[in-house]
Formats: sequence, C-alpha cells, structure tokens
Amino acid sequence: MNALRVTWLFFKIGVLNELQYRVNFVVQLFQSAIALAVGLVVLALVYSHTDELNGWSQPELLCVLGVQILMGGAIKMYIQPNMTRLIDDVREGKLDYALTKPEDSQMLVSVREVRIWQVVDLVSGSIVVAVGLSEVSAGVGALDALGFGVALLLGGVMIYCFWLVIATAAFWVVNMWTVVELFDGVFQTGRWPVGIYPGWLRYSVTFLVPVAFAVTVPAEALTSRLDWQTLALAVGFALVLFGATRWFWRFGLRNYTGASA
Amino acid sequence: MSVQPTAIELPAELRESGRLRSLVALYLATMRMAIQEQFQYRAANYFYMLGMVAEPVIYLVVWTTIAEQQGGSVQGLSAGYFAAYYIVWTLVRNMNIVFGAPYWEHRIREGELNKDLLRPVLPLHYDIAYFAGWKFVVILFWIPLAVGLSLVFDPTLDPRAFEIVVFAVAIWGAYLLRTMLQESLGMLCFWTTRGAAIFDLYMTTELLLSGRLVPLPLMPDWVQDIAQFLPFQYAFFFPIESLVGDLSNAELLRGLAAQILWILIGLAIFRFLWRRAIKRYSAVGG
Repeated sequence: MNALRVTWLFFKIGVLNELQYRVNFVVQLFQSAIALAVGLVVLALVYSHTDELNGWSQPELLCVLGVQILMGGAIKMYIQPNMTRLIDDVREGKLDYALTKPEDSQMLVSVREVRIWQVVDLVSGSIVVAVGLSEVSAGVGALDALGFGVALLLGGVMIYCFWLVIATAAFWVVNMWTVVELFDGVFQTGRWPVGIYPGWLRYSVTFLVPVAFAVTVPAEALTSRLDWQTLALAVGFALVLFGATRWFWRFGLRNYTGASA
Repeated sequence: MSVQPTAIELPAELRESGRLRSLVALYLATMRMAIQEQFQYRAANYFYMLGMVAEPVIYLVVWTTIAEQQGGSVQGLSAGYFAAYYIVWTLVRNMNIVFGAPYWEHRIREGELNKDLLRPVLPLHYDIAYFAGWKFVVILFWIPLAVGLSLVFDPTLDPRAFEIVVFAVAIWGAYLLRTMLQESLGMLCFWTTRGAAIFDLYMTTELLLSGRLVPLPLMPDWVQDIAQFLPFQYAFFFPIESLVGDLSNAELLRGLAAQILWILIGLAIFRFLWRRAIKRYSAVGG
C-alpha cells in the first residue's frame, strides 16, 4: 500500500515538474507526427509492392505499428527515464540518497521520473490501433480485447525487467550509454511482426530483448491470432524474468560499495 | 628588450604553396589524432555500430520477405540484391556520419566556438579532417561486421574492378557531400536555438529521398523524379549502387561528377552562410 502511495506521490511531482515546460508539448507533438508519418509512408510503400506480409494485411500491420508507438511511448514515459537516471546516479554517486530511504530500493528507483509529454505517443498509438482495427474485417471480440490488455501489461513488465538488468549492470560497467542506443535500434524491430525475422534474430528479440512480447503478442491478440499457449508462455516468462531481475538487483546492491555523494 | 618583427616579403605563389602545405600538415595531424583517440574507444565505437545495424537488417528482412513471397524478386530486385544493398548500406551509412548540424548548437552554447575561432583555420577544416581520420577506424571495425552479415544473409555481389574503384572514391564523395549539407544546416544555430524541428524534417526528407530507406527504384516514379534534382541520393543510393548494381561506366562517372557538383554547391552555400553567421555572432566567456 505504501509503495502505491509513494509511486503516486512521485508521479504527481513529476507531472508538476514537466508542466512547467509547455513548449516541450509542441516539440513532442511535432516529433511524434514526423515519426508517425514515416511509419505510414513505409507501410504504404511495402503494400504498394505486395498484398500481405507473412500473412499480415495492411490494416493488421497498422495495428502492429500502433502498438509499437503505444509501447514506445510508455517506455519513454516511465521506464527509460527512471533507468537512465539510475545509471547516472550510480556514476555520480547519488544513488546513496535513494538507498538510505526507508522504502524498497527497487521500487524507489523505478518510479522517480515521469515524462508526461510522451502521452502524445500513447494517444497517437491508440488512434493508429483504432484505425487499423476499424479496417480489419473480423472485428475484435471481448476475449481478444482482454488478451490484448494482459499481453500489453506483461510486455511492459518484461521491457522494464530488461531495462533494470541493464541499469543494474552499471554497478560494474560505467559506460552503459551505448546500450541505451542499442535498445532504441532493436526496439524498431517491433514495427514488423516478429515472424518475418530469421530464427536467431526472432529468438533474440523475443527472449534477449523482449520486443516480441511487448509488441507482436499484444498485436496478435487484437487480430485474433493469439493462442493460449503463447499467452501462457508470456505469463510464465514475465514471472521468471521478474524474479530473476529482482534477484539480480539485490545481488548488484550487495556488491555495490557506493561512491559517496 | 624588444624584438622588432621583421616582415619577409615572399612572392605570392610561394606564400600560396606554403599555405597549402601547412593545411595538408594540419589535416594529417588532425586525422592521426582522431585515429588514435577513437581507437581508444573501441568498445563504444563497436556498440554504436552494432546499434546502427538494427535499422538496415529490419529493412533487409522486410524486403527479402516480400521478394520471396513474390517468387524471388520485387521490381526485378532479387533477395540477394537486397542483402548486398543493405550490407553495403552499413558502410555507406558509417561514412555518412559527419559533424552533425545539431552539434553546432552545442558548439555555440558551450562556447567551444570561441576557442575554434582563435585558430588560424576555419573550424570546417578541422571537422572534415577529424571525422575523416575517424573513418579509418570505422572502416577497420566494419570489416568483421560485414563478414558476419554476409554469412547470415547471402548477398549477391560480383562487382567489376572499375566499380570497386568508383565505390572507393564515392564513399569519400558521400562523406564530403554530407559534411557540406550538415555544416550548412548547422549555420541555422547562429539564428535560432530551435533548430531541432528543422533537423528532424531534414532527416526525414533525407531518409525517404536518399535510398536510405529503400533502393530508389522501389519508390513511386514521382518520388524518383524529385530525388533526381536533390543531392541526397549521391550520399547514399549512388555509392551503394555503384558497387551493388550494374551501372555502366558512363553512369558511374556521371555519378561521381554529380557528387563533385553537389559538394561544390554545398561548399558555396556554407561559405555564404558562414560569413553572415560569424558577423552576427557574439560570445561571452568560453
């Protein structure tokens, strides 16, 4: 209960902080519009040469694009800022401030930052999904919608775990910035259903960097292709990953001697 | 005790040749320094390169999938062609990384420009030389990457000797061309602190019209027509195509000529903007 209260408090402070910089909203709007336009142009280009890509029609791939934008927005809003701050804090010796607080340290380092203007991507991603769905002939059942919600949540948890493992590695390796760049590149694989990639790459973006669970699986739910085995795998993998991440965080902390602030 | 400065009058052509010689010395020294400096950051350089590979691999997989669905080719371009195109793409993209327009903002804001202005040569010379030196490190690191990608994706590549020569020249042409474009664009930072929006627009235009996204023949005809009259494709599509495609000797030479033309136009624009920019520049500290 206390954890929720602390999270809410940090969220409120973060929002108030960001609301000071209103021009950033316009900047975000502009950047999101450009990114979306490029995404749509690429889709149009691909479907001007083919009717379906690996069994996915254009409206269905529009859903994939929408989910990718949505998930990308959530990552940049909440997960990435907290994790990059963690990396920075370790390097600058400021992490001690968080560790000395009487709350669970993992929870604390995960909720301190929020980039509220990324809400633009959440909205535009949702719109793209809605437009895509309106053109998918089959329609969405209640079960599909439920599967989508669950899969999206699980995907978010897995991406969070991935990031925390990377950020925790900052206890040993100072320069983790390059990994941040690496993630941005790899996350773009989510633009396309993971099935089109060759095996080694498919497994990498499923289990190594869980982009497939975060984007393709929710999109599969929306387009009625998700079977219960995949969803069960997602649940199992998310649980295992979360447990392993928590263990790794504690292991990292035990080995962390602090640089003093 | 004071020393009276003595002016030695040299004949004009001797002074010119001296200037050129010291400029060459500056380039060589800066390049050597860049190579040593960047070689120290091996891991960072490699991670950066690996991150960049995601982009062409995605394009490559998408177009290969489409080609295979349609019995082996899209618009006459085979899966092997796409593999070769996007593997060579990685080298050309690496050559394309230059002193970027957004860094002019940093240079001005942090006062680094003040120090640069005290030097007897333009910052442009220093930028060209530094990044050119860096390229040698990049090319060296790129080789294992290219071997790996070739093993995985099976490219079709059998260039003639002349094509290889043109390619070796064209990647440096691409480097200089993109340098001129980015440095000219960077001059915007002398007038506004919100250049980012324009840089975004520029990158998007370049993405679509240069061949970075797809080989230009896949674009609708009207897009190809527009691209003809713009410099972007000579820094991307042309160098790649010179090695991967089968252009005639005349087309290859015409491509190189177009590169030179656009480099000169870029240089003229840069000089025009630079003169005006530096006049309105004023700085505190640094």
